[in-house]
Amino acid sequence: MADINIPPPTNATSILAGASLRAGLSRLAKATAPPVVAVLLALLAGAVLLAVTGFYAFDIFTVMVNGVFQDVGSIAEMLLRATPLILIGIGLCVAFRCSIWNIGAEGQFYAGSCAATFCGVQFAGLPSWAHILLILVAGAAAGALWAAIAGLLKVLFNASEIVTTIMLNYIAIFMTSYLVTGPLMESGAAYPQSAKLLREVWLPRVVPSTRLHIGILIAVALAMIIYVFLFRSSAGYAVRIVGINSHAARYAGISVRRSILLAISISGSMAGLAGAMQIAGVTHRLYQDISPGYGFEAIAVALLANNNPVGAIFSGILFAVLDSGSELMQINAQVPQVLVFIIQGMVILSVVGFAALKFQSARPQE
Amino acid sequence: MDHILTLGFLATTLGATWRLATPIIFASVGEVISERAGVLNIGLEGTMLIGAFTGFATVYATGNLPLGFLAAGAAGALAGLLFAFFAITIKANQIIVGAALNLLGLGLTSFLFRTYLVQTGQGVQIVPAMDVPLLSQIPYFGTPLFRQNVVVYSTILVALGAYFLLFRTSFGLTLRAVGEHPKAVDVGGRSVALYRYAAVLIGCSLAGLGGAYLTLAHANQFVEGMTSGRGFIALAVVVFARWSPIGAFFVSLLFGMFYALQLQLQAEPSIHIPYQVLQAMPYLATIVALLLVRNRTDTPATLGVPYRKV
Amino acid sequence: MHVQPFLRMDNIRKRFGSVIASAGATIEVEEGEIYALLGENGAGKSVLMNILCGILTPDEGEIVFRGAPLRLGSPEQAVRHRIGMVHQHFMLVPSLTVTENYMLGQGSPLRLLSRMRAVSSRISELSDRYGLDVRPDSVVRNLSVGEQQRVEILKVLYHGIDLLILDEPTAVLTPQETDRLLDLLRGLVKEGKTVIFISHKLDEVMRVSDRVSVMRDGRVVFTTKTSETDPRELARMMVGRDVLMDLPRTAAQPGRVVLAVTNLHCNNELGLPAVRDISLEVRQGEIVGIAGVSGNGQSELALAMTGLVPTTAGSIKLNGEELRGLSPSAINRRPFAHVPEDRHKMGIVLPLPLTENVILQRYNQAPFSVRGLLDLNAIADHARDLVRRFKVKARDVDVLIHTLSGGNQQKLVVARELARRPDFLLINQLTRGIDIGAMEFVMQEVLKEREAGKAIMLISTELEELFAICDRILVIYEGRIIGEVPPDRSRLDELGLLMAGKRIDTAPAATLM
Repeated sequence: MADINIPPPTNATSILAGASLRAGLSRLAKATAPPVVAVLLALLAGAVLLAVTGFYAFDIFTVMVNGVFQDVGSIAEMLLRATPLILIGIGLCVAFRCSIWNIGAEGQFYAGSCAATFCGVQFAGLPSWAHILLILVAGAAAGALWAAIAGLLKVLFNASEIVTTIMLNYIAIFMTSYLVTGPLMESGAAYPQSAKLLREVWLPRVVPSTRLHIGILIAVALAMIIYVFLFRSSAGYAVRIVGINSHAARYAGISVRRSILLAISISGSMAGLAGAMQIAGVTHRLYQDISPGYGFEAIAVALLANNNPVGAIFSGILFAVLDSGSELMQINAQVPQVLVFIIQGMVILSVVGFAALKFQSARPQE
Repeated sequence: MDHILTLGFLATTLGATWRLATPIIFASVGEVISERAGVLNIGLEGTMLIGAFTGFATVYATGNLPLGFLAAGAAGALAGLLFAFFAITIKANQIIVGAALNLLGLGLTSFLFRTYLVQTGQGVQIVPAMDVPLLSQIPYFGTPLFRQNVVVYSTILVALGAYFLLFRTSFGLTLRAVGEHPKAVDVGGRSVALYRYAAVLIGCSLAGLGGAYLTLAHANQFVEGMTSGRGFIALAVVVFARWSPIGAFFVSLLFGMFYALQLQLQAEPSIHIPYQVLQAMPYLATIVALLLVRNRTDTPATLGVPYRKV
Repeated sequence: MHVQPFLRMDNIRKRFGSVIASAGATIEVEEGEIYALLGENGAGKSVLMNILCGILTPDEGEIVFRGAPLRLGSPEQAVRHRIGMVHQHFMLVPSLTVTENYMLGQGSPLRLLSRMRAVSSRISELSDRYGLDVRPDSVVRNLSVGEQQRVEILKVLYHGIDLLILDEPTAVLTPQETDRLLDLLRGLVKEGKTVIFISHKLDEVMRVSDRVSVMRDGRVVFTTKTSETDPRELARMMVGRDVLMDLPRTAAQPGRVVLAVTNLHCNNELGLPAVRDISLEVRQGEIVGIAGVSGNGQSELALAMTGLVPTTAGSIKLNGEELRGLSPSAINRRPFAHVPEDRHKMGIVLPLPLTENVILQRYNQAPFSVRGLLDLNAIADHARDLVRRFKVKARDVDVLIHTLSGGNQQKLVVARELARRPDFLLINQLTRGIDIGAMEFVMQEVLKEREAGKAIMLISTELEELFAICDRILVIYEGRIIGEVPPDRSRLDELGLLMAGKRIDTAPAATLM
C-alpha cells in the first residue's frame, strides 16, 4: 500500500489491486514458511535418527504417506485422529495467546471423558439428540472446570499454572482409573472399563463404513469460531493484550484475572469436548489410558500454528498424518511409533527457535 | 489399622521415604542450581528419562555400574546443552523449550528402548545395599534407614555439595548474581551466558543421575515414561524449598514420604481408601505445597527471562 | 606550551540503529578536578561515559588517557586503567551482602569465598577513612537508595580507581544526602582523584564542579570554568532552542474546576508512602505542570488518579464526580484521558498493529465493538484518521507499532487519548525520548486542546517542556506539592530549589522556621 498520507493516483487502481494481491501472498508465504521449514527440519531429524538406527528412512516415509492416503478409509482414520488434536490445539491457542502455559490439556481431556461417560450411561430415555448434546456439553464443562482450578490457583495464589496443570493431569488420570475400576465399572467386566454407551448416543458418522464422526466438522467449525473470538471479538482482544503486556492491559481497563480465567477455561473446554467426542464418537466407553497423549501433542499443534486456530486445523491434520503413518511404520517396518514424540519435540524446538530469531532481528533499536 | 501405629511401620515408611525421595532430590537440587542462575527448566522429566535410559543401556552393555552413572550424568548434561542452546543462546521461551525437551526425552528413550532393548527383557545388576556401621544397629530404625544403597546416602553429599558450590565458592556467588542482576555481572566483566550454561549443565546432569537411580538402584529395568512426573514434582519442590539446596533435600523427603505412604497403605489390607486416591497424593500435595508458598521474595529476580545486552 | 590533558575523548561517535547517541563529542578533563557534564535527558552524556568505562565501544573517535591511547573492550579493562563508574541504575545485586557484591567477578571462579573476612575488613577500613558509613555485612536489599549509592562509590574506591565517573548521582538522593555526596567528591579530589559528574541539575553543577561542559544532541556545545558562568547561561546552553520552543499561545483563561484532587495519599509497590496529602485543582483551559526530580511520587500520583494503584486516603473528583475507588475501566469510560509515563511498558502494545493500538481503552465500546465483535472497518478508519491528523509517519495502519519511531509512537498515543474527547487530560512525560519535530508537534496539539477549553495536567521532569506550555507549575517533592512557580524562565533558580526540596517563600507570612 502507498503511504496513506498521500492519496493514491486515481488511475492506478488495478496496479494497486495487483500489488495488494502480491502483498497478501507474500504475507501468507512469510507466515507459512517458518512452520513448513520447522516441519521439514523435524522430519529430517527423524530421518537421521532412523538412518542411524538402521532403518531406511526414505522408504519408511514413503510407506507412511502412501499408507495414510491409500483410500477413503485410511484418510478417514487419519482425520479421526486429527479431531482431538485440532480441538485441543485451538483451545491451547487461546491459552498460549494469553501467556497461560496450560500443560494440562491431557488432564482436561480425561476430565471431559469422565463427565461424558457419566452422562452417557445415565439419563437413559432422553431424546437421542438431547442426550448427545448433554454428553458434549458435560465434557466441555468438565474440561473447563478442571482447567479453571489451575486458573483460580494462579489468579488467587499466584501458583504457577505449569506445575498445577501438570499435577492435575496425574490426578485426572488416577480419577479415571478409579472410576473405571469402581463407580463406573461395567458390571461383570473382566477389564477395568465402563459400560458401553447406547448406540443412540453415538456421534453420527460422516463417511459411511468408516469411524469418522461429525466431530471433525465440529472441530473445524470451532476453529473458525475461536479464530473469530481471538481476532474479531473484544473479549479475545483483551485476552491477547493480557498475554502480550499485562501493564498495558491494566491501563486499558482490562481485568487481567478475568481474561486469564476465560482463556484457560476455553482451552480446558476444548480439551474436555475432545474427550467427550472420543467417548461418544470412537471408543463408546471409558477405560484407563484413553488418551495416547493428545493433550501434549496438541501443544505442538498450537505452537506449529503460531497459536492461530485456523492454522491449527492444518497442523492438527499434519500431526495426525504423522501419527497414523507411524502406526503403519510400526506394523510394516517395526519402527517404534514413539518416533512421533521425537518429531513433535523437534517441531517445537524449530518453531520457537525461528520465533526467537525473528524477534531478535525485528527488535527496534532504541 | 493398629499395625500402622507401630514403630516398625514408621521405620519402614521412613526408609522407603528416603529411597523414593532420592531421584527427586537429585533433580530438585540440580534445578535449584539452574534456577538460581535464572534459568527455568521444565524439561527435567525428559532429562531424567534420558539419564534413566542411558544408565540402563550402559550397564546392560558393560555391566559396569559406575560407568552407567557416569554415562547418565553425561547424557543429562548433553540434554542440558540442547536446552541451554535454545534457552540461552537463541533466547527462546524457556517453558516451551522445556516442554520440547520432555517430548524428546520420552520419545528418544522409548524409541531406542523399543529398537534395541525391549526384546531382551533382562534386568541389570543394581547397586547393592550397604550397612552403615553402627547406625544400622539402631533398633527398629537401623535396618530400614541405614541399609540402603550408596546412591541414597549420596543425596546428602549432593545437597551439601550444591550448598557449598552456591554459597561458599566464587563461582556460586557469581551464579547467584546472574539470576538476580545479570547486568551487574555483565558490567563486572563476566559472561552471563557462560554461567547460565554451566548452571543448566550441572542441573541437567544431576537430573540425569536421578533418572539413572531409577533404573540402576531402584528397579533393575527401564520402563517407558518411568519417571512418572518426578521431574515435575521436583519443579514444585524447588519453589517450596525457596531455592535452597538443603531445603530441596528436606522437601523432597516430604514428597518421598507421600510416595512411601501411598505404597505402604496400598499394601495394607485394613485400609479401604481406593488406591488411586493414594496414588494421587504426591501430586495433590504438590499443589497444596505451591499454595503454601505465598511469599515469593526468594524467587531469583530474572527467573525465566533471557538476558539481552544493552 | 600545550600540556597533554589527563583525559581527552576526541570526536566520539556512536549510533544505535537509526538513533545517533553521540555525534562527535569531544571533552578534555584535567587531573584532580571535578568536571561536570551537563545536558538534558538524551543529550548523550551517559553514552559518552559508558564508552569511557568500557561498556560501549565507539564507532569512531579516540580516547587518550594519561598521554596514551586507550582502547577498552570491557569494564574490567577500564578498572585496570583505574577508571570506574557509578551507574545511575546501581549494579548491585540486592540479595547479596556488600562484601559479596565487592567480591563478585573478582579473581578465579574456582576460588573459595574464604577471603571474605579480609575483603570485609578492607571495606570497613575504607568506609571509615571516607566517612561513608558502609557496613560490609548489610544485605543490599535492606539499604536505602542513598546507602546503596555510597556502597557503589566505595566499591569503585575499593578497586583503587583514580578517575571516578558518576552518572546522575543525585537523581535519587535527598538534599541532605546530596550535600554529603558533594562533600565526599570534594574530599576525593583533594586526595588527587579526578571526578566526572553527569547531571542535568544546574545548582549542583554550580556548587561542586571546577569546569563544566554542556552536551546537546550528542555534541559538546559549550565548555567553561564553572566560576565564569551562571545557571542562566548554562540553562540556555542546555536547551539551546528556546527560540524554537517558544510556542505562540494566548493568556490562559481558566474556567470552572474540572479535576480536583484533595488530600490524596497512596503507597508505592513496596508499601511505603509515595503520595502524601496532595491537593490540586485543574481548571478548564489551563495546563498545570507538575515538576520534580523523578522518583518523588509522580508515577504513583498518575497511577493513583487513573485507578491503577490503590489510594489510601483522599478524593479525586472529575466534574464533581468521585473517581477514587473506581476501576481503571470505569475511569476509562469517563471523559478522562491519560498519556502514560512509559509508552513501551504501558501506553502501547509493541507487537500489535496501529489499528489494535488505537482502541486500547475502547476495545469494548461502540463504534469499535458491536455486540462483542470488533468492527475492523471502524477501527481502521479511526486509526487512519488519527494517523492523518497527527501526521504519524507509517506505511499503513496495519503495520506493527514497534516499527515506528518513538516520536511517531508518542504522536499516536497522544492522538488516541485526545480522540477520546476528554474533559481532563493527564499527561505523564509528553516528550520523553522523542525527536524535536515530534516534540513540537505534540506540544502544539496539547496547547490546542487547552484553547479548546480542556483541563490538562502535565507531569514532567523536563523543565523546558513545562516552561513551554504550562500556565502554572506545581513542584512535587517526596510525594508532596511543596510550591508553585509561574512558567517564567527567569525563575528557574527558584524552581530548581523547590525541586531540591527547599521552600523559598517570598511571602513573609509563610516563612518557615
